[in-house]
Amino acid sequence: MCGIVGLLVKRPALRDSLGAWLSPMLVCMGDRGPDSAGLAVFSLPVGDGKRRFSLYAGLETIDWSQLASRARADLSPDVEIESNANHAGLTTASDPTRVRGWLEDGFPSLHLLSVGRSIDLFKDTGHPRELVDRYAFARLSGTHAVAHTRMATESAVTPAHAHPFTAGEDFCLVHNGSLSNPNTIRRKLEKRGIRFQTDNDTEAACRFLEWRMSAGDSLEAALEKGLVELDGFFTLLMATADKLVLVRDAFACKPAVAAETDDYVAISSEFRSLAHLPGIKDAEIFEPGPERIYSWNVSPSLAG
Amino acid sequence: MSEFTSLEESAGFDRHVLAYIHQAAETGLYEIRGLGAKRRVPSFDDLVFLTASISRYPLEGYREKCVTKTVLGTRFAKRPLELEIPITIAGMSFGALSANVKEALGTAATQCGTSTTTGDGGMTPEERKSSKTLVYQCLPSRYGFNPDDLRQADAIEMVIGQGAKPGGGGMLLGQKVSARVAAMRTLPEGIDQRSACRHPDWTGPDDLAIKLEELREITDWQVPIFVKLGATRVRDDVKLAVKSGADVIVLDGMQGGTAATQQVFIEHAGIPTLAALPLAVEALDDMNMLGEVQLIISGGIRTGADVAKALALGADAVSIGQGVLMALGCNRSDYQTTDGPRDAGADYEALGAAPGYCHHCHTGRCPVGITTQDPVLEQRLTPAEGARRLRNYLNVLAMELTTLARACGKSNVHHLEREDLVALTVEAAAMARVPLAGTSWIPGQHPQQGI
Amino acid sequence: MERVAEPGRMTPRESTSPIAPTPALADSRAANVVEWDLARTGVRALNQWLHHDASREGARAIRVLNPDGQHHLAAGLNAPLQVEIAGHAGYFVAGMNQLADVVVQGNVGWSVAENMMSGTVRVKGCASESAGASGHGGLLVIEGDASSRCGISLKGLDIVVGGRVGHMSAFMAQAGTLVICGDAAAGLGDSLYEAVIYVRGTLHGLGTDARQEPLTAADVEKLSSLLARAGFDHAPESFKRIASAKTLYHWHIDSSHAY
Repeated sequence: MCGIVGLLVKRPALRDSLGAWLSPMLVCMGDRGPDSAGLAVFSLPVGDGKRRFSLYAGLETIDWSQLASRARADLSPDVEIESNANHAGLTTASDPTRVRGWLEDGFPSLHLLSVGRSIDLFKDTGHPRELVDRYAFARLSGTHAVAHTRMATESAVTPAHAHPFTAGEDFCLVHNGSLSNPNTIRRKLEKRGIRFQTDNDTEAACRFLEWRMSAGDSLEAALEKGLVELDGFFTLLMATADKLVLVRDAFACKPAVAAETDDYVAISSEFRSLAHLPGIKDAEIFEPGPERIYSWNVSPSLAG
Repeated sequence: MSEFTSLEESAGFDRHVLAYIHQAAETGLYEIRGLGAKRRVPSFDDLVFLTASISRYPLEGYREKCVTKTVLGTRFAKRPLELEIPITIAGMSFGALSANVKEALGTAATQCGTSTTTGDGGMTPEERKSSKTLVYQCLPSRYGFNPDDLRQADAIEMVIGQGAKPGGGGMLLGQKVSARVAAMRTLPEGIDQRSACRHPDWTGPDDLAIKLEELREITDWQVPIFVKLGATRVRDDVKLAVKSGADVIVLDGMQGGTAATQQVFIEHAGIPTLAALPLAVEALDDMNMLGEVQLIISGGIRTGADVAKALALGADAVSIGQGVLMALGCNRSDYQTTDGPRDAGADYEALGAAPGYCHHCHTGRCPVGITTQDPVLEQRLTPAEGARRLRNYLNVLAMELTTLARACGKSNVHHLEREDLVALTVEAAAMARVPLAGTSWIPGQHPQQGI
Repeated sequence: MERVAEPGRMTPRESTSPIAPTPALADSRAANVVEWDLARTGVRALNQWLHHDASREGARAIRVLNPDGQHHLAAGLNAPLQVEIAGHAGYFVAGMNQLADVVVQGNVGWSVAENMMSGTVRVKGCASESAGASGHGGLLVIEGDASSRCGISLKGLDIVVGGRVGHMSAFMAQAGTLVICGDAAAGLGDSLYEAVIYVRGTLHGLGTDARQEPLTAADVEKLSSLLARAGFDHAPESFKRIASAKTLYHWHIDSSHAY
């Protein structure tokens, strides 16, 4: 019921091409998921102890400049807002817990999609090509991005159910497949104080990893445990500030293909969404195997 | 000793459960049997019609028309199915049934202007020849599946599951894997057939969409594609089937039959047909697909009243399997010979069954020659006699359907609506989402709330 | 750039044995090859023409340009056509193929030649999952690697893979042959019926009811013939024979863990 795509560029000069290369991938996978889409892009970190908060207004109209003035008054004069249709990135060095609280109190209908120094996250309903147009994804710049297209079952297709799901800071996850024990996982995690926003099975996977990482596991160690505890069929594609990570379950019945050149690593549910990429004819193309954790680091030269 | 002693049976450990435990302990074998769920569940019997009165006028039978014509598969296909009655014959395999029976089904269906469906074993020439409208199933096993038959089909039915065993694969025990069956299924003769529960070349609705597209490409987008589901997570499944490209949804409730599967599946998996149907209608309505994607309901449809109630609750048609076999003679105490009827009692007894209690399709020793590959037993039902019985049954169903529809003032059976029904029990009211008779109460629904 | 070694490479590696080249469809001017450019027309138009008009128009050799990973290319062929797909293709390439010879000059996605009945399908690159699923007859050659569930539910097709196969290959394979020149990942031949598997490389685990058996003279002969047709030059004696132990042919409680 989904398509997933991911892209990581290997040279600084290619950062500005990230969105242009990723957008056709996303639109193509709209065949697998025409109802809603989400995209997380990672770019150079904001400095000076600041964080970016990705905000989404849904169907409501919001006066972003008014929100910005209130934030400068209530939180800190350093607040900057970059708005893009019903989406905005709010940057500030204020303590994130304070910011969350301020948003929940003052703007309860706003969705906080992500928090981090590198991540910016978009979600909306509609066919992926509508999102590409609305948010000008083709102009996005960054080191790496993951995106997801969704075939929804709930009638009011809400952005809350759209992937990517986030946990903590600078972490997101997209999922293709169907977990068979998400409720058991959710109840176990809720007992440990982890809050869920949806009953979507993907969120169970995301919160499981959040739990393990907040307990000190690396992402890879958390995924090893996830392969044991999560049941069902899943291809998971994740991103942190400095890497892309992919894993498939033991059955490996949900598709995934990767293509790598000197310039990029591209991942998709179907090869045809990669066919437009430059140099694809000479790319190394492979299919990730079951129960193996694949990760690609952003190269240090890119991060500088 | 008191004169008031009596034998007291336990409800939990009744004779059926005792027999199950004793057999399990003795043999180490779990029970495999045919037909569908035997235990009582809320069903169409728990609904009644609000027929004509002062506020609603009935139609005269015979003189005033009541249309039964039914079109299936209008969404994408160039050639939708046009049926005379909203009653189709469900998928049942050659292998489960004899060749004579498959031919009888086709003949009767053609005479009544409706369709038959192949099963988990492929298309026989007898059925294709005798059945004017033939739906070709594509199952996880792909036994006998081939492009020549696919191109001859009038519709394709992608089987995700069936009501008797949603999540389970097919099964045919060795005694029914005759030479002909084995050849069609590419199996050694006489072995127990194991079947896959998932399709080999796709998993999940996103990849199903691509698979349905392939079948359309191979058949040049001419014929409708049905998607058949066993009734479990009905709302989500129907929506995903529609999004995957289904022209028609076939939904099979837990009372649906099989020729052979584990007892645990039959009785303990899937939800009643009565509960499944409104969920499917709601899912289609949510997607604004009512009328564009047709809905066929199956699983224990027996009478014209069942058909009428199913249509009233929103189905476009029903599909019948077990009822059709019973029309042919399943569980009858006799079978026909050229010298007249002969009693089959001894043959039932040899199976450990009796007429009216038999569910031993899996043995291949069907006393009335229906679910068998045995050449001697097969002769107990000729294609002509089978066709005659089935035609009669279908005609009776159609007459009962139109009788009730006319009594509700409908000139077209597809105008039956859920407001024509009330329920006799609280469970049925809740499942069917119609009021409990004598009240305006639908359990689980706020009075002001739309359904 | 750290990366774990991948088992399912889809870029053909340099072959370790000389692969007899498939004669490329000759230059169109010389040999009457009809070219079809998918960048200008859709897959539906191509398939419609292949099904109904190609033979009638006397076209025998067809080259399809710019496939770009699209699905269903040359699905449902039913005539002795020669179709070359000039690039990577998507799912269900040559699905239910009958009588035709199809060559893909690149990789294919899922379920190439599924339910194939006769003819030949050759993939010069690698094949994704479920290659040859439920195939009944003919020959499927994958010169590179095949992914998981290669030959699942096989029903008489012969498959020859020049490289590796992924896990659960030949699952519930009923009839036919799977020849694997490279390694075979875990779960090979699970729930096998009468199909036979030959593996030259390393076995990483057999499935339920599959076992290794000695090669017979008949096996050697069959292998020679298949390898020659596929164009791989390996000694038949270097293969291991895997077949069903047939303990699941009649249900018994002691085998219940195996189901």
